[in-house]
Amino acid sequence: MDQVLTIKKSTEAGLIDLLTYLLKNKKVSGVCSLRKTKKQGKFDYALITDPELLHDVVPLHPLMPVNAGKMLSNMIKMEMPVAAVIKPCELRSFIELVKRSQGKLENFLLISYTCGGALPLTATVENKVDTMLPDYGKTVAAGNEFEHIREICKACEYFVPFNADATVSLLGETGADSTCKIFLHSDKAKEILQGFEVEKTEDEFDRTGYDQIRERRKKYKEELFKQIKIQDTGLDGMIDVFGRCIGCHACSRVCPICYCVLCDFESSTYDYDNTIMEQELSRKGGLRLPSDTILYQIGRLSHMSFSCIGCGQCTEVCPSDIPVSVIFRKCGEKVAEIFEYIPGRDVNEQVPVTIFKEEEFEEIGEE
Amino acid sequence: MTSDFTPKIVSFLCKWCTYSGADLAGTSRMKYPPSILPIRVMCSSRVNPVFLVKSFFHGADGVLIGGCHPGDCHYQSGNYHTRRRFIILSKIFECLGLESERLKLAWISAAEGARFVKVTTEFTQKIKNMGENPAKRKIFI
Repeated sequence: MDQVLTIKKSTEAGLIDLLTYLLKNKKVSGVCSLRKTKKQGKFDYALITDPELLHDVVPLHPLMPVNAGKMLSNMIKMEMPVAAVIKPCELRSFIELVKRSQGKLENFLLISYTCGGALPLTATVENKVDTMLPDYGKTVAAGNEFEHIREICKACEYFVPFNADATVSLLGETGADSTCKIFLHSDKAKEILQGFEVEKTEDEFDRTGYDQIRERRKKYKEELFKQIKIQDTGLDGMIDVFGRCIGCHACSRVCPICYCVLCDFESSTYDYDNTIMEQELSRKGGLRLPSDTILYQIGRLSHMSFSCIGCGQCTEVCPSDIPVSVIFRKCGEKVAEIFEYIPGRDVNEQVPVTIFKEEEFEEIGEE
Repeated sequence: MTSDFTPKIVSFLCKWCTYSGADLAGTSRMKYPPSILPIRVMCSSRVNPVFLVKSFFHGADGVLIGGCHPGDCHYQSGNYHTRRRFIILSKIFECLGLESERLKLAWISAAEGARFVKVTTEFTQKIKNMGENPAKRKIFI
């Protein structure tokens, strides 16, 4: 049974109260959350140990300057307990990193929320966040999708966090202006917040209550996947879409799953030296520069697509407007289906390529 | 057109099983198609999926991975990993609308010279029927 904290404040203010309690009473040593910077309309993630600095945090803002899963993984060697407020997809990416020994769950009190989707990075760059927020809040409270959120967010069916210690109810929460409802799932959360004096009740967090939203988003996902016509157009379609790639590798730099410090594709393995260029030219009479951008994308797909959590950062940073995240989600989902795998669902579920069963796919290779 | 087209099939063969199987086919004076371009690897799991993609985009009409039968891997479990990687890559090819039929994984042991001949002949015929890999003619990939 979950414990429900009800705070008579707006959702964000209530959560900030909770974070302040944690930090002031030394229940945790740090808080990781989104923060307003001094500049109007600009936000970033921050790790805070001084309770005074919590004035500027905006833990529930629908922004993702970076994928926080990646940030939490950077804290792997820190010993201090940290409370982190992150989106469900960021939590899933962190779980995926923990599976790959790139993070430690023990140090964190993971607080997440039912997510209404994140705004694109351009919203911050163009200073539109403050004007969008009131409408965003209303739409999310009504349980609908805000029109300006990321395309991939509109197609996300995993907006209810897996593995969170505490979940803030946000999506479809009509009283978000005046009450803050926080569900504590784990014993760790209940114990840490024992002395936090607010109204406490016992209730089960109702995951099925979101079925309608989930169905709607699934439908949108199918549509989005259909719009990416890549499957029907074959090689020509591939060249159309990935032919725009300038090989900056920004998509892998921001990807929370791509953690390899020495990425195969960053090495000189795939560089074209004079001999290879001459060879290719003698065969084809022409060569695209930079070469092998499609190879890079398919290579990355084969390395990590099954763990793609669909945060959409790759699409956001792509300077050539390639819908990277939709393609990765589409392929990733199909691949993960084979292994009945959902990235970030369970920390004990192993990454498909790292394990095998002797008795599986027995028809393959035998004909 | 198809009759005089000899496909190129880049083949990654495991040293312990399939490559020895190919050797056996040779020493037993069995004939296998000249379309096979064998590359010896220490284990089929040495083959990074990217090798297959690279061969495919650089004009190989087919790509073959040969390994030991499941349970017979010289390194205990290499071929089980190969199997999963191969399935993943085939699925990705399917999702992207590329011809996943041009990729093949076959288990051929060192004693199966005849099976090596059979598999390569059949695969060559299949590729012949499919025609040239369209990627070969795409210059600016």
